[in-house]
Amino acid sequence: MSETLIKARDLSVGFKIGSGFFGKSILKAVDHVDIDIEKGSFFGLVGESGSGKTTLGRALLKAVPITGGSAHYTDGEVDYDLTTLAGPELKDYRKRAQLIFQDPYAALSPRMTVRDIIAEPLEVMGLTKTREETDARVRQIAAKCRLNLEHLRRFPHAFSGGQRQRISIARALVSGPKFVVADESVAALDVSIQADVLNLLKELQRDLKITFLFISHDLSVVAHTCDHLAVMYLGRLVESAPTREVFKAPRHPYTKALFSAIPSLDPDDRGRAQKLEGEIPSPTNQPSGCKFHTRCPFAIDICKKDEPKLEHPGDGHEVACHRWRELADTLAA
Amino acid sequence: MTALIEVKNLTIQFRTDEGLVTAVDDVSFSIDKGQVMGLVGESGSGKSVTAKALMHLNAKNAVYGPKSQIILHTANGPVEVLKLKSARDLKIVRGGAISMIFQEPMASFAPAITIGDQMVEQLMLHSNMSKAQARDLSVEMLDRVGISDPARRFSQYAFELSGGMRQRAMIAMAISTKPKLLIADEPTTALDVTIQAQVIDLMKDLVREFHMGIIFITHDLGVIAQTADKVAVKYLGRIVEEGPVREVIRNPKHPYTQGLLAALPKLDDLDAPLTPVAGDIPSPLERPSGCVFHTRCPKIIGDVCKSKLPHDTQVDPTHRVACHLHTEVPA
Ligand SMILES: Nc1ncnc2c1ncn2[C@@H]1O[C@H](COP(=O)(O)OP(=O)(O)OP(=O)(O)O)[C@@H](O)[C@H]1O
Ligand SMILES: Nc1ncnc2c1ncn2[C@@H]1O[C@H](COP(=O)(O)OP(=O)(O)OP(=O)(O)O)[C@@H](O)[C@H]1O
Ligand code: SF4
Ligand code: SF4
Ligand SMILES: [Mg+2]
Ligand SMILES: [Mg+2]
Repeated sequence: MSETLIKARDLSVGFKIGSGFFGKSILKAVDHVDIDIEKGSFFGLVGESGSGKTTLGRALLKAVPITGGSAHYTDGEVDYDLTTLAGPELKDYRKRAQLIFQDPYAALSPRMTVRDIIAEPLEVMGLTKTREETDARVRQIAAKCRLNLEHLRRFPHAFSGGQRQRISIARALVSGPKFVVADESVAALDVSIQADVLNLLKELQRDLKITFLFISHDLSVVAHTCDHLAVMYLGRLVESAPTREVFKAPRHPYTKALFSAIPSLDPDDRGRAQKLEGEIPSPTNQPSGCKFHTRCPFAIDICKKDEPKLEHPGDGHEVACHRWRELADTLAA
Repeated sequence: MTALIEVKNLTIQFRTDEGLVTAVDDVSFSIDKGQVMGLVGESGSGKSVTAKALMHLNAKNAVYGPKSQIILHTANGPVEVLKLKSARDLKIVRGGAISMIFQEPMASFAPAITIGDQMVEQLMLHSNMSKAQARDLSVEMLDRVGISDPARRFSQYAFELSGGMRQRAMIAMAISTKPKLLIADEPTTALDVTIQAQVIDLMKDLVREFHMGIIFITHDLGVIAQTADKVAVKYLGRIVEEGPVREVIRNPKHPYTQGLLAALPKLDDLDAPLTPVAGDIPSPLERPSGCVFHTRCPKIIGDVCKSKLPHDTQVDPTHRVACHLHTEVPA
């Protein structure tokens, strides 16, 4: 039986924005999201640019305040309520939950050796007592990330993007986290290095039993690496299921639109990708009813009035759309 | 076809604490008006450094090889970019005839100035628009790149936007001055595929409307297949293959290009393992002798690869490759 590492219900994050001319308002970046991340899984999160993926990841790491709903972290050793976590428990959570930065160039200080970069979290969190102990931990995780002793003595500018990303990963993993958010962590890499880093992350998932929340725009990468896939649109979770199921038979029209827009490797397919028509809604002035109705080719009257709830049909393939049952064949085709 | 920009024998090294590091090694290519060239290849192979050279914009520790030449053809005749010195002369390649979408959108926006103010400033510097005209055009451009509620976003700061919105604001800023050559360095990596498709359409419109030439740098070979006319593949600072996009993708000649295509995760076979090019990228301080790819090449012929630099061979009039497997007279 699988266990849930992260369980969030009605999770919301709002930002206060604006001043002057338009006045102040609240931007609902994450809006009543239910999410269950299974222990040991590679959980993919895709969706519209600006739909709240980074914010959701940061909320689960307690890097932005949660403004509504509940979120729990349970790893067998501890059980934390993320909405109220503070003090020494929060400090402990920082060891258990880590972020791999998106940009391997910006994230690494050019003045520190690779050894010092990887060791820093250990020192800041006071996880090791002696320099020997620190060195041993650094060497161990560096080896896992295929960095050798020679590498550890050098400065980051001597490394390629892929090697820097391995350094970032080693730094994120040195404190022994159980939950890692990887936000666009391979987007900046060439496809060969990307394949190499993805194989490494999968290996770490297997060997160290790390649970990953993997945020990406690259659907082919997600299809190859993630066990489970969730799709966001304008702050809401619109679909969530095992990855294969989503690719085989997407249930939400937005997911289908995403798949249709994947650029084909065949130059003769130009212009064949299906386009999403209609106005992209503003997060500060959101559409009524289903938030996708302004662009959905299947929208009917009820879509403009009632917001569809995330349904749990019992087969593990969740979707928030009034018409998913009648559209099933159309979307799977 | 008329050449818009010609790059000849471009070599760029950087002075570092650990010695001279070669980032671009004897690179030549040209782009015509209205042509889209894709630039792909290894991370760290000098794509961004090449692109910045076109605007004479590399860091102070950059050393250009003596034979390096970049010629921009303008209405007033050819301009030798690398000989431009004063800020006034450089204006033509920095936001005038050439404009660039930078790889790091966050670094391209000043943190304390709103997106809109920066766009207006840029436009007023490179045109004789009034402030009100510049403002209207900026809002229109934000709208065209798919930013909803553009008038409101106009007065926000970069950190308040999501990664993808920042990238689109960057694109809007770069194209608002209607450059002759647009350098787009990873312009769509932070975008979801539906918005990416919209941005790509916009770029195609610009090519049609203004005969703009584009250098499109990306790791996404699908995007290249859908946008570029020709594509150049880089490895360790060198262009190892260049040709029409259909040829290079369907019929790659260089073992590195073949390795890249094989490493792509394919949607039609989800069980296939991901296969990177074997071996590690050599340290920039220890460039391999002979063919730069020989330390990792699965098709290495023998000593000739280790000792002799392969020259460009035209496998057909528009398709060149630098590999001993293809040199006419095997050495
Ligand atoms: N610090 C902040 N202040 C105000 N608004 C913010 C802040 N951070 C994020 N937002 C807003 O919250 C929304 C969601 O942003 P988020 O970065 O989570 O999106 P995303 O799904 O990660 O997008 P992308 O794919 O483009 O990275 C956006 O409308 C964004 O402008
Ligand atoms: N100012 C600098 N000083 C020293 N080295 C530099 C400098 N700028 C770039 N380099 C080096 O030049 C090489 C080429 O870098 P460049 O950014 O052009 O690579 P790229 O092909 O754009 O890679 P990516 O795909 O990761 O963006 C790298 O090894 C980089 O570290
Ligand atoms: S609820 Fe209506 S508008 Fe929303 S996705 Fe379903 S069909 Fe489209
Ligand atoms: S020249 Fe030799 S080592 Fe280089 S790519 Fe060709 S076969 Fe491989
Ligand atoms: Mg994001
Ligand atoms: Mg680059």
